[in-house]
Amino acid sequence: MPEKKETQGKKTEKEVMLKMSDIDPNFKYEISKLPGAENVLLCFQCGTCSADCPIARFSDFYRPRKLIRMTQLGLKDKLLSNDSIWLCSTCFTCIDHCPQDVGIADIVRALRNLTVKEGKMPAVHKELASNILKTGYAYVIPELRLKKREKENLPSLPKANLEKLAKLFDVTGLSKMLEKVGS
Amino acid sequence: MPELKYLIFLGCVIPYRVSSYEISTRKVLAKLGVELVDMPEFNCCGFPLDPINHDTMLTLAARNLCLAEQKNLNIMTLCNGCFGILNHVNKELKEDKKIKEKVNAYLKEIGMEFKGTTKVKHLAHVLAQDVGFEKIKENIQKPLNSLRVAQHSGCHIVRPVKYVSVDDPENPTILKKLIEVTGAKCLNYIDEMECCGAPIIGVNAEIPLQLAREKLGHIRAVGAQALITVCPFCHMIYDLNQPRIERTFNEKFGIPVLHYTQLLGLAMGFNPDELAFKQLRVNASKILTN
Repeated sequence: MPEKKETQGKKTEKEVMLKMSDIDPNFKYEISKLPGAENVLLCFQCGTCSADCPIARFSDFYRPRKLIRMTQLGLKDKLLSNDSIWLCSTCFTCIDHCPQDVGIADIVRALRNLTVKEGKMPAVHKELASNILKTGYAYVIPELRLKKREKENLPSLPKANLEKLAKLFDVTGLSKMLEKVGS
Repeated sequence: MPELKYLIFLGCVIPYRVSSYEISTRKVLAKLGVELVDMPEFNCCGFPLDPINHDTMLTLAARNLCLAEQKNLNIMTLCNGCFGILNHVNKELKEDKKIKEKVNAYLKEIGMEFKGTTKVKHLAHVLAQDVGFEKIKENIQKPLNSLRVAQHSGCHIVRPVKYVSVDDPENPTILKKLIEVTGAKCLNYIDEMECCGAPIIGVNAEIPLQLAREKLGHIRAVGAQALITVCPFCHMIYDLNQPRIERTFNEKFGIPVLHYTQLLGLAMGFNPDELAFKQLRVNASKILTN
């Protein structure tokens, strides 16, 4: 069919062509060592995850299957600069439905963790982390809200031990990562 | 029967925006003979930190579990997200020696150690399994026989099955049974297990709003008078954000979204003020006149 020939033309080919320099052959092994990502090599691209993903239904570009394939191919740089890795809502439908027991949502989490290690993360995640470090809570709870609890006969909110919390941020490496991303 | 005493883990969303859930829960549980002990100290369960650094999530969750171990109590959460994280970490550390050793090395820095002696339960599990349907039934004073509602269980109290094996994730029945014990009818609708999308709302608001619009449409189609939730995060999407959904899509819903404990509280004879109905964003007075 002539139409098909057209889509096989040079321009399309160029768009999908990957340079060998884009590929990190060790990347899939690196990922497979991370918790929950052990079975990344077993994905055979059936597409169950993308078909059952609630986010994929309303997104033009978030496809969990594609992220797993890119991981297997070793497209590290493309993955770690890809905004779509931040769209998983962790409903875990993909994990429960995968016939190969690939921890898809866990692999997406591993990709996010690596991105943060390289000094990049969405502003909202940085804000939540810094709220936790400052108050123990993911949201800064307004003074007014705390006073209202008394009127509502609710017990006062348990307080965080900020010193110990800061220590845990330090020893798990999060403090350094947050510094690297900048305040 | 297990002792009905739990360490209540409020999480962050409830004290920040959804205290109606806490108020109604405390009222209802006190009457059912459930004793709640407040956390001696608190830090976020760790859920928002998992995308940033898995180890920090594990350690913060484990610290809360250690606090429960020290009190010799099981944890009860009201939030699906807190349940998902605390239950997952509790089970993983109990099963996987290597991860437990790693986390304990971090915790040692603040003089703590995870031992594995506590359990994590969500409010819905406590009501269905520990309090039990019989006892709830005994406490129903005003059955809500004329009310027809829909349920949204949410994801983290049913998935992933590897860590949560309490309910059937493809067709969860716990919340439905809890609703029916109040006398209300729980209607089936399309895609009941569709996620609310809340965890990504800070990165992309459009998708959660589209998901919520679709769910509200499905619920309306079967004639449900209200949506019942058991998670403050899901509740925020359907209740607090409902006017925003209506504006965005130029479509009127006006579907009240109740915490399960508000529904149960009504059936147990509490008045709407005691159950903080006034704090709901979508006015629920039309279902109260029934």
